[in-house]
Amino acid sequence: MTDMNTISQGDAARAEIDVNAPGSIRVLVAKLGLDGHDRGAKVVARILRDAGMEVVYTGLYKSPKDVVTAAIQEDVDVIGVSLLSGSHLPLFQELGRCLREKQAEHIFVVAGGVIPEHDYAALSDSGVDAIVPQEARGDLIVTTIRKLIAERGLK
Amino acid sequence: MNLFSAEAIEDIREKQAAWEANELAATLNSRPEEKAAYETECGIPLKRIYTAADVAGIPAGDLGFPGAYPFTRGAYPTMYRGRPWTIRQVAGFGNPEATNQRYKYMIQTGQTGLSTDFDLPTLLGLDSDDPMAFGEVGRVGVAIDTVDDVDRLFDGIDLEKISVSLTINPSAWVIYAMFVAVAERRGYDLTKLTGTLQADPLKEYVAQKEWIYPVRPAVRLLRDLIMHSAKTTPKLNPISLSGYHLSDVGGNALQEIAFIMAFTIAYCEEVIAAGMDIDDFAPRLSFFFISHQDFFEQICKFRAARRVYARIMSEQFHAKKPESMRLRVHVQTAAMSLTKVEHHNNLMRTAIQALGAVLGGCQSMHTNGLDEAFAIPTEEAMKLAIRTQQIIRDEINVTSVIDPLGGSYFVERLTHDMETEIWKVLDEVKERGGAIKLVEEGWFQQKLADSAYATFKKIDSGEKVSVGVNRHVDETSGSAEVHIHPYDDQCTQLQIDRLNAVRTERDNGLVKQLLAELAEQAQSDDINLLPKTIELVKARATLGEICSALREVWGSYAEPMIV
Repeated sequence: MTDMNTISQGDAARAEIDVNAPGSIRVLVAKLGLDGHDRGAKVVARILRDAGMEVVYTGLYKSPKDVVTAAIQEDVDVIGVSLLSGSHLPLFQELGRCLREKQAEHIFVVAGGVIPEHDYAALSDSGVDAIVPQEARGDLIVTTIRKLIAERGLK
Repeated sequence: MNLFSAEAIEDIREKQAAWEANELAATLNSRPEEKAAYETECGIPLKRIYTAADVAGIPAGDLGFPGAYPFTRGAYPTMYRGRPWTIRQVAGFGNPEATNQRYKYMIQTGQTGLSTDFDLPTLLGLDSDDPMAFGEVGRVGVAIDTVDDVDRLFDGIDLEKISVSLTINPSAWVIYAMFVAVAERRGYDLTKLTGTLQADPLKEYVAQKEWIYPVRPAVRLLRDLIMHSAKTTPKLNPISLSGYHLSDVGGNALQEIAFIMAFTIAYCEEVIAAGMDIDDFAPRLSFFFISHQDFFEQICKFRAARRVYARIMSEQFHAKKPESMRLRVHVQTAAMSLTKVEHHNNLMRTAIQALGAVLGGCQSMHTNGLDEAFAIPTEEAMKLAIRTQQIIRDEINVTSVIDPLGGSYFVERLTHDMETEIWKVLDEVKERGGAIKLVEEGWFQQKLADSAYATFKKIDSGEKVSVGVNRHVDETSGSAEVHIHPYDDQCTQLQIDRLNAVRTERDNGLVKQLLAELAEQAQSDDINLLPKTIELVKARATLGEICSALREVWGSYAEPMIV
């Protein structure tokens, strides 16, 4: 289990977390909006679990508000959103707004699915910390998340 | 009677043993094969060569003739000599007018049937002004809120002349009602309407994941639709049993066919229990399969599916009409196989998959656009996709002979092996209590999720090859910027304005009364909900209002959390 106290002690303590240790990272794998493509989300959930992370899956049809509430309740480090419906711009903007509203900007947002490269900059502006390309290998998804957590002290 | 004589088989077996001891052994010694074992994508072991001995045990009656039981060799006696498959590219985006314009372009390019994709709010029974529709209106399909939108969608298109496929699921019965209302408004003869609704609820819960109500009321709505359509619009297919989506979420070829046949059995049982004879609705059951990457496995899959279906209809449901036993299938090439890297390679992938579908005997086909790994295909991409089908149809002479691979030792053996495996799954489903119960328990969902993860592992390890991605990688080629179909930001507001106008103009008292009557009817299982729904759409009730009225009766679906 992740030590909850360590998490709340802020950036300095965070940087010392061994990101490779089992259970050191908690991830909420989320489906936003009405997109029903859950194959990728479920595969990613298993990849992260096999890599030793603790994973919670939201299920389908979650609003940005639902996802932020779940992320805070589950005390996760990362929200991983898989979107294939083309609605990523409005939905990630809204997700970012909800995170700010709940003062939960410390939770990283990682996006995956069908996301055209020309939208990357706009997503970054909406608070997306990393985008995993469509044909990414499993280890890239894992290292992307570990890197975000490891660098948090520097952020 | 078997295909070959016992003496001939004995002779082949002896000669094969000698060949294995001599020529083969010598070659294996000097140059071992690349892999220790070979198999199809779904795991059926493959031999290095097939002979008459491999098909000696297959009864000749398993093959039969095209257009006759058990339909292994084709759905119709003349197949493409009599009528080529329908080129049916799906389209749908934005407001109804935008999709209508695309239809007219595609008809001009040589498309022979229409097919509509709907946006997510429409599929899920939400009006365009619903808060959950935020950001989704007209995005992955066309937005439909009222009967007027269906009229706009088919403006200037004669629905008595061109068949229309509607990729609509949980809200299918409402879209059907709107379609019928528009046809009546235009004075068409309803018995002449041709086309297909997808309307396959069980595959939604396990694969495509669009749902409104719990499983059983959703199946009841389909039952009502099948029964109403059989009487009112007898040439329309009220359902397209969709294996495609099972594959799309990770199912292999065996799971695609076996699970879809399990769903077919469940639906037939429901309609028969409501008092309709199998021969009065089975001829209008239609199918939708994928044509995926494993070329011969896919061809054999189509052949095995036709045979299994014919046997289910004949042996289990005692159908009498041949049409009740004839599996007709629309095919789409595999969107999952397309890559973003070196996207032009997708043209080759799609062409090969399309050829497989033709050799497997499809009745209509959608070939994917090369940019479908990015977004909705552009007009240029759709034109290339249509041209791909036209080249196969008109240039390479593969349509003159029916089932040209029939009789191939390999193809017959693999067809047989796949059929055997499909029956095993169907027996298991029956033993476990049937498809509806297993959907509720998440049994199919778990099998498909496991299969998806296994496939991912194979791609990740490089065992499953994706050219340009994990084999023959060119670091410099990367992902080219393609022209992507633009999203019309005005689309949502236009739909909302129209909804507001409808709500002011119509007789709201009447709509309210009809909605209450629909909810009342929904509480007893033996009333068909279609007539009331048709009354509702004519009174210009919105899709969202109709779907909400029943949500209040039946509640929403809670998904079993399966990862």
